[in-house]
Amino acid sequence: MTPPDYEYLRKVLKDLSGLDLAADKQYLIESRLLPLARKSGMADIGDLVQKMKGGSSVLINQVVEAMTTNETFFFRDKVPFDHLRDTIVPELLRARAARKSIRIWCAAGSTGQEPYSIAMCLKEMEAALAGWRVEILATDLSQEVLEKSKAGIYSQFEVQRGLPIQLLVKYFKQMGELWQINPELRAMVQHRQLNLLHDFSQLGVFDIIFCRNVLIYFDQDSKSRIFARLAKAIEPDGFLVLGAAETVVGLTDVFKPFSDRRGLYRPNAAPTAPARLLSAGAAAPRLAAIAGL
Amino acid sequence: MKTCLVVDDSSVVRKIARRILEEMQFEITEAEDGEQALEACKRALPDAVLLDWNMPVMDGYEFLGHLRRMPGGDTPKVVFCTTENGIDHIARALEAGANEYIMKPFDKDIVAAKFMEVGLVQLTSPASI
Repeated sequence: MTPPDYEYLRKVLKDLSGLDLAADKQYLIESRLLPLARKSGMADIGDLVQKMKGGSSVLINQVVEAMTTNETFFFRDKVPFDHLRDTIVPELLRARAARKSIRIWCAAGSTGQEPYSIAMCLKEMEAALAGWRVEILATDLSQEVLEKSKAGIYSQFEVQRGLPIQLLVKYFKQMGELWQINPELRAMVQHRQLNLLHDFSQLGVFDIIFCRNVLIYFDQDSKSRIFARLAKAIEPDGFLVLGAAETVVGLTDVFKPFSDRRGLYRPNAAPTAPARLLSAGAAAPRLAAIAGL
Repeated sequence: MKTCLVVDDSSVVRKIARRILEEMQFEITEAEDGEQALEACKRALPDAVLLDWNMPVMDGYEFLGHLRRMPGGDTPKVVFCTTENGIDHIARALEAGANEYIMKPFDKDIVAAKFMEVGLVQLTSPASI
């Protein structure tokens, strides 16, 4: 891949998805885009860039999707789902006792493993939640992964990463080599395409937002702006769940860590003036680099 | 060091499983069928058993029944690892006291995930994406 081709791809990805690639991530581009180029009958990344410059919006979308699609598996990292069961839901059962409803947003729902893990977790608590209305909204930048999520069909490999065998037997139906999550669980999850760089105020306000392993793709300013908008989309006593390698520290003070619960944050009742954000952001660690992007 | 008994009539599978599990810091013993596995368990109960289903002499399902009736035989974590991938087989195995179930083909990630599931290994570094 020539340096100009790499710079072109970096700029397109930054402009369209917020993905912030460092100067030395050629291998990441090649590992994700070469299969796409070959599938579309092109020899290499150079051909792919030519075609993109020719204005093929379908291809440009495919490139963005290929670069931003995230590895995901059921109950990824375990801990967030323990928090959900042991901390978040018990607290909301008290705080929402009058309204008896919980709204949950998976802001990077990907192929469905995370929203369905949440659905299974809540289903396992159904005695406590009897009579409650639970809404799970899964959004993602990529329409393609949302379609897979809606179908809820997974390979034998996918159902063996993170999903306890008891839950596989309980909530999935076997279809030859594939496994489909059952209709009751599928009905618990709504799907919608969404780019986090764009306005999402129309989604309303949530009690819980899972926003895991997606902000690592954004530059510091975008992250700070997204946190500010997430704070408006969450109840003052709601919960934000970030990925294991992510933090708000140095990026925003609209959220604060929940003590002793790794990855769990709550809206900060009294943030200081927003002017502090920019200077703090500049000194913040590069999460993307830490995460290997 | 935790111990794992690898039970499979295929020497190739035993070798692959041994390599994966040794990397996960397990001390490995091997058995070629359920009867050999039972003998090994009578000598010393392992922390974990990675168990094939279809084997000559005594199959994995029958072995599991014997193991669970042995004194202390309820303590080892038993993870099936088999080409019997039907949900009916999985359900039978769980009823007979299996802790987890791996459907072949398997790889290192699956073994690690399943062993973590039953508490045999700790959660690994969370920082990867």
